[in-house]
Amino acid sequence: MLQFIIRRTVGAVVTLFLIGAATFFLFVATPSDYASLSCGKDCSPQRLADIREALGLDLPIAQQFWDFMSGIVMGRDYPTGHCSAPCLGQSFYSGDMVWDTIMDRFPTTLTLTAGGAVVFLIVGIGAGMLAAYRRGSLLDKIATGGSMVLSSFQIYFLGPIVLWIFVYSTGLMENPKYVPITQDPFGWFMGMLLPVLVMSTIFTAQYTRMARSSMIEQLAEEHVRTARAKGMSKPYVFFRYAWRGSLIPIVTVFGMDVSGMLGGAVVTELTFSLQGIGRLAVNGATNKDLPLTMGVMLVGAFFILLINILTDIAYAYIDPRIRLS
Amino acid sequence: MTSPVALDPELESTPEPAEGEQKLEGRSPGQLMWQRFKRDRTGVICAWVVIFYFVVALCAPLLVKLSGTDPYTLYGQDPTYADKPVLDDFGLPLGYFGGVSADHWFGVEPQFGRDLFAMLVYGMRTSLFMALGVTVLMMGTGIVLGLIGGYFGGKTDYWLGRVTDFFLSFPQQLFFIAFMPVVTAFFVDPREETPTYFRALAMLIVLWVLGWMSMSRLVRSTVLSLREREFVEAAKVSGASPARIIRKEILPNVVTPILVQFTYTLPSTILTIAFLSFAGVGFVEPTPDWGRLFAAGAKYTQQDPAFIFFPGLALVIFVLAFNLLGDSVRDAFDPKSGR
Repeated sequence: MLQFIIRRTVGAVVTLFLIGAATFFLFVATPSDYASLSCGKDCSPQRLADIREALGLDLPIAQQFWDFMSGIVMGRDYPTGHCSAPCLGQSFYSGDMVWDTIMDRFPTTLTLTAGGAVVFLIVGIGAGMLAAYRRGSLLDKIATGGSMVLSSFQIYFLGPIVLWIFVYSTGLMENPKYVPITQDPFGWFMGMLLPVLVMSTIFTAQYTRMARSSMIEQLAEEHVRTARAKGMSKPYVFFRYAWRGSLIPIVTVFGMDVSGMLGGAVVTELTFSLQGIGRLAVNGATNKDLPLTMGVMLVGAFFILLINILTDIAYAYIDPRIRLS
Repeated sequence: MTSPVALDPELESTPEPAEGEQKLEGRSPGQLMWQRFKRDRTGVICAWVVIFYFVVALCAPLLVKLSGTDPYTLYGQDPTYADKPVLDDFGLPLGYFGGVSADHWFGVEPQFGRDLFAMLVYGMRTSLFMALGVTVLMMGTGIVLGLIGGYFGGKTDYWLGRVTDFFLSFPQQLFFIAFMPVVTAFFVDPREETPTYFRALAMLIVLWVLGWMSMSRLVRSTVLSLREREFVEAAKVSGASPARIIRKEILPNVVTPILVQFTYTLPSTILTIAFLSFAGVGFVEPTPDWGRLFAAGAKYTQQDPAFIFFPGLALVIFVLAFNLLGDSVRDAFDPKSGR
């Protein structure tokens, strides 16, 4: 188990490095850089050179890359001050430290992703299993039909509708905004409630469908039938045997969905005008702000890889047969 | 995902597989599938809905002529249309439900007064054809790489697998956002106006590069299980070349999962393209595009909630129909897999 975790961690570090390299070199390879963009159309060569020097864009590309990557591990020194260990450089556009900017914005995205995941896992799996348990009942029909329709909705369509209903026309809720949880837990909850619910709706629908079909498949398994034939009660068999087995495909899909969840959080941020890392990515890309874009990509990738490793470990607990070979 | 292989491979790949298929006694798997599909009422209805959307997209210029509008004219600002005001003093549509009228079937856009119906049908045209192109490219790449990895195995498979993993660990949506401007910058100086087709090309490349992995994995795993089957071994023993085995023995058996996957991939590609425009890195004003309508709709929600209604409803119906169609196609190919 420990060996597995070490191997996965090393793999993740290599992947992160490669993602960083891909991002960096693609960015550098483009004909225009931040300097020429900020210098404008009628730009004297002298001024352009000055800007490039100030940003460190005049150094050889390999060295720029090395400085950036080593800065993550060891920190970097800037004329404006020292940037300590996980240093993602200094934003070209605003001059702020990228790490600080991201840490300032990431809680918003994290609340959406984690909050959304909690909601859709509980509601989705619950509804799906209940539907499978009462297969063919009215409840089942509502759950299947409803999830089919809801999973076809989009965050950028549902978001404005929900905003209009709850905020603009009835005034039941405030306009969503992020308040740090440490400052005001209630404000945090109320501010993020609508975005989290909207984000999780589509995922809830998908997980309902998945949990239902997975459960139905499990109920047809031989060991479940044997348990029933032995005279065990239906709820007992259901919660004791079938439940556990039906989780395996769900965990697999959950692990693959992390990237999609992060993407969902990004869409939700943009829909509700929240300041998360999706907005940062848009800003970084449109301003050709290399350190900011690198930072957002690396933090995003780190998050995905971390959840993936955790998912694989969770496997072992659900299904002891999987020995993580 | 779907179960590995639906058809009985032995039945299909008797010594001379390709020619024999139509002349076989009884019905071919394709015919059987078609019959099962025809009996599925939901599937047939959804197929018609999907066809309807494609026809609308194809005939967009015709439909727009019929409604007498076009997606670019600013009906609210253009002095030619001053005698027929569509916007009030605040730039909001006159009349009910976002300005629905005989001239403007779905209403007009606030501020500018562009016709929503024309924008929507043209937007569907942009999105659908773009998505079709991207999906075909993605699937083509995935199929080829999956076949290579699955068939040759060993080192090739290992390295292809690592490359696939690498691409899968990209934070996709963030990457889309971050790289659209970068890829566009390869073609045009960002200080100048980017032509629409360059934007489309950039989108195509970005989506293609990050979209082939799931297809490749699916094909690889199917091929892996097929490779050990007797009929493939028989072909190998009788001296068939790898190219022939892949083409004649393996490919016909992978068609089913590919087709099912296609019906799931196309709508999700459309949604991704819409997402790019929504995030502001895809198509920009005034190009009519489905996703851009959502960006505009989100902006106008407070004043004119009706604006987002038609594009949204159209998208929901389309995705719903496509998903149900996907389920029906899967069931028709593989009656064993229940919903």
